[in-house]
Amino acid sequence: MSPRRELRSKLASRAVQVAFVAGVLLLWYLGTNYWGISPILLPNPVKVWAELRDVLATGEFWPDLRVTLTELVTAFAISCTGGVTLGYAISRSPFCIKVFEPLLAGVYSIPIILFLPLYVLFFGLGPGSKIAIGATISFFPIVLNTVAGFGYVDKIFVTAARSMGASNIQMFWHVLLPAALPVILTGLRIGFTVALLSILGSETLASLAGLGHRIVHLAEGMETARMFAYIAFAVVIAACLNATVSGLERRSKR
Amino acid sequence: MTTGDVAVRVRDVSHQFGEPSDKQHVRALLDTSLDITRGELLCLIGPSGCGKSTLLNMIGGLLEPTSGTVDVAGKAVRGPLPRDIAFVFQENALFPWCTVIENVKLGMVFQGVAKSEQDGRARKSLEAVGLKDFINHYPAQLSGGMRQRAALARALSLETDIILMDEPFGALDEQTRMILGEDLSVLLAATGKTIVFVTHSLGEAVYLADRVAVFSARPGRIKEIIAVNEPHPRKPSFVTTEKFSNLRNTLYGLLHDEIRKAVEQSAAVGPAL
Repeated sequence: MSPRRELRSKLASRAVQVAFVAGVLLLWYLGTNYWGISPILLPNPVKVWAELRDVLATGEFWPDLRVTLTELVTAFAISCTGGVTLGYAISRSPFCIKVFEPLLAGVYSIPIILFLPLYVLFFGLGPGSKIAIGATISFFPIVLNTVAGFGYVDKIFVTAARSMGASNIQMFWHVLLPAALPVILTGLRIGFTVALLSILGSETLASLAGLGHRIVHLAEGMETARMFAYIAFAVVIAACLNATVSGLERRSKR
Repeated sequence: MTTGDVAVRVRDVSHQFGEPSDKQHVRALLDTSLDITRGELLCLIGPSGCGKSTLLNMIGGLLEPTSGTVDVAGKAVRGPLPRDIAFVFQENALFPWCTVIENVKLGMVFQGVAKSEQDGRARKSLEAVGLKDFINHYPAQLSGGMRQRAALARALSLETDIILMDEPFGALDEQTRMILGEDLSVLLAATGKTIVFVTHSLGEAVYLADRVAVFSARPGRIKEIIAVNEPHPRKPSFVTTEKFSNLRNTLYGLLHDEIRKAVEQSAAVGPAL
């Protein structure tokens, strides 16, 4: 495709996307204002916007946001360290790969969130259980991608480096790591996303604080408009975080 | 010939993959002996699976012979010898995450060249292979022929006495191959290095080599060694001479039966091999 046509098709798809979002907002507005949808079920978008501005202006979101972000950062740090270290260790032996890769992939495919009650029993209602479940769920994509990254480095690169006299440390830094990095980074991005999802989700199920907790609390108090405002806030935060991580991934892959 | 003239001495070398009891047991090379003279370009040619690459990897210390010995510069080979031997592989052995010049420098980092020397040597060798204007390109941005030039520059920058080339032009089209062969002949004539070059192409072997070692079908051994006796650098017109076609025909005669044997072998063993 010529650059000009490419630009035109890009603009066209952007226009459709914007129109779609605008259409949804319009339906929302019409539905709540004129078609008699109960404000308890679906509050007016103008009302939600006012609530959101209030939430931001008063800064009452800070304690909950701090709790959620602390849980997220801690969980991700744990799963990164554990996943990358263990993944590298497994990738060093074809036998280990053969044994552990299907095992880990198998565990990854079960819905670990079902064990949340158990986590709450072990770690309490506070941040501990959120950190633990977030770390567990994000551990699997990270360890699996690390195994895939380090375990399937093209042999010719290793042979070439060895023929030129590369030491084991040089082999790791100059050959294995750069060869594996794109796959590992993808694992980290997926791990980050599922950690965020599972932490927000488990906050809505059993917790004492956090954005998920706040949303459920407002829902139970029938403060639907404010609840929607918090949902919008959480969505924006999540989108920003995911965009940052994806951006980092793209930049380091070049 | 005195021992001083011998760069590589191969004595009664055999190599087998797997144990004799295994189903997949393959005797790749059988009791091969060979002296490679300092400064010569020796081509190894033979049917697929005859052990040419196996022999090359054993000379370079990447593979241990099942029996027999390989000496390089008078010392037994026990592992890679980055100060004596550089490799050029078939394809894609450049690191895709490094630019061309970074690739060349990384080889020197591995070999242990002082940092202050790396840049100058990298530029010099890249200029020698005609890639002066492409040093900051990534391998993916280069054609197959240019990638092999870069791989050759990486090998040259290591300033080893010996370069082992494993079908370096094997994946290239005929025209690119021809030009690279001509350039290689000019380049190597100037350096006086010892080169061992594995190829499938009869023309390439005659055009480049001082001697051509013809391998038999598996288990491979050297069937005959043909001397080319034509000074380097070879002129492109060498290809059109009667001498060239006679040598090529001789090689064809030696190889034809072996290739047929190799094909029958692989048909008997089945498509897995």
